[in-house]
Amino acid sequence: MADKTMTADEVVSRLASGMTLGIGGWGSRRKPMALVRALLRSGIDDLTVVSYGGPDVGMLAAAGRIRRLVTAFVTLDSIPLEPHYRAARERGGLELTEVDEGMFQCGLRAAAQRLPFLPVRAGIGSDVMRSAPGLRTVTSPYADGETLVAMPALRLDAALVHVHRADRLGNGQCLGPDPYFDDLFCEAADAAYVSCERIVDTAELTGEAAVQSLLLKRLAVTGVVEAPNGAHFTSCAPEYGRDEEFQRWYAATPWPRFAARFLGPDESAYQAAVRHWRREQER
Amino acid sequence: MRATRAEYCVIACAEAWRGAGEVLASPMGVIPSLGARLARLTFAPDLLLTDGEALLVRPDGTPEGWLPYRQHLELVAGGRRHVMMGASQLDRYGNQNISCVGDRAHPRRQLLGVRGAPLNTLNNPTSYWVPRHSRRVFVERVDMVCGVGYDRAAELGGAARFHRLVRVVSDLAVLDFATPDHRMRLVSVHPGASVAQVREATGFPLAGPDDVPYTREPEAAELRLIREVLDPQGARLREVPEGAGD
Repeated sequence: MADKTMTADEVVSRLASGMTLGIGGWGSRRKPMALVRALLRSGIDDLTVVSYGGPDVGMLAAAGRIRRLVTAFVTLDSIPLEPHYRAARERGGLELTEVDEGMFQCGLRAAAQRLPFLPVRAGIGSDVMRSAPGLRTVTSPYADGETLVAMPALRLDAALVHVHRADRLGNGQCLGPDPYFDDLFCEAADAAYVSCERIVDTAELTGEAAVQSLLLKRLAVTGVVEAPNGAHFTSCAPEYGRDEEFQRWYAATPWPRFAARFLGPDESAYQAAVRHWRREQER
Repeated sequence: MRATRAEYCVIACAEAWRGAGEVLASPMGVIPSLGARLARLTFAPDLLLTDGEALLVRPDGTPEGWLPYRQHLELVAGGRRHVMMGASQLDRYGNQNISCVGDRAHPRRQLLGVRGAPLNTLNNPTSYWVPRHSRRVFVERVDMVCGVGYDRAAELGGAARFHRLVRVVSDLAVLDFATPDHRMRLVSVHPGASVAQVREATGFPLAGPDDVPYTREPEAAELRLIREVLDPQGARLREVPEGAGD
């Protein structure tokens, strides 16, 4: 069986400008930030990003890498509005396809099941019908005749997610309280790249944790990256919470200054810069 | 014991869940959260509450269930939920905007995004919480319809059969849509506020008479729960400071 381990830079080498990229997590929670940072270090742009948005979207938008965003919201949770995303939108810097949270889930499900669409009772009556170009309705063929939104499949060229553990084959484990939609992102994508806090032997995955925590199946995973603290500064409960202090600094700092300081040559340079920043704050 | 404005707001929010039965209460904001927990501890003991993430919890925080987002969205579609959302803009029929101000393609102010408002409003009872009642929020026309109001719902036929907007609570008043054409109506004003003040702070004419009652007084036991059990740190006063809106 194939060993799917690779580096974050190897993941990025398989991505290209113009792709449709799904990013797992939710708001400022368990985002694959190490992979997003690797993406930011590359020259890849013109992306369509599909995400329940947090600082992944904020950073990629600030860096001008997103042509179109598909989302239901962008937030830092403890800071409701993501300032870098907000600035990019107010500059007119990216196109937005705004769909409801439930429509988004339907779109991922449809893609995972290779369906053209799934019906959902959400969207009609609201202005998402105007925000999402080409969004159509479908009429129930049964006696009720109800009109529903036909949410089109959100098919992805690639998905990026971050979980707690994975083996070298691509089996991914979520030890946190909410899997969000990470398995659906992987199944909706032509290629799925999983970063994790730690790569372990397959047997160790279920040594202590319940089998229900095995969220990602290797048949839907292309590459595995070991990235300790790889969700920083978003939360990765129960292993670490959101780095609120750092997030506040990120939110208050102009993007060029943040990028110059924290997007060095690689992930270890990032983690070292964060440690240095913390010592500086403590003084 | 005189209640503060924030405490009247908690009571008015709690009342949204009276008689709701065994459903999930999904409050957004400090005061709606206090209201939901107060209702659960008093007159609506069957309510379910979340920890704001993936757990269903008792008021003391003891987990009683698992509700990750994927199940939460299914539960919304199943209708066993009453949500109280915020509103950056709200019109007379209850159309709500939390997405952006100005042109959608190039907004003057980018806000949160539609979140689950389109799903919520077509599938489960929905109320709104407005911590600062003003003409900036209560507008003639919202810039983007996220939560669906009664006029839009009326055009949808069967797709709107579960649409119901229960009430709007602001720092000044309680409003609802119980009028023949579902225009927003003034139901009560909080003690210390006046009908004239509410009408002045609303960007469209409100239905309902001028002689509306005051929002009900909290019972002594309710006040004690709010002050000693639910919010001993006084977070409610940061959302609605005493003297604000007067």
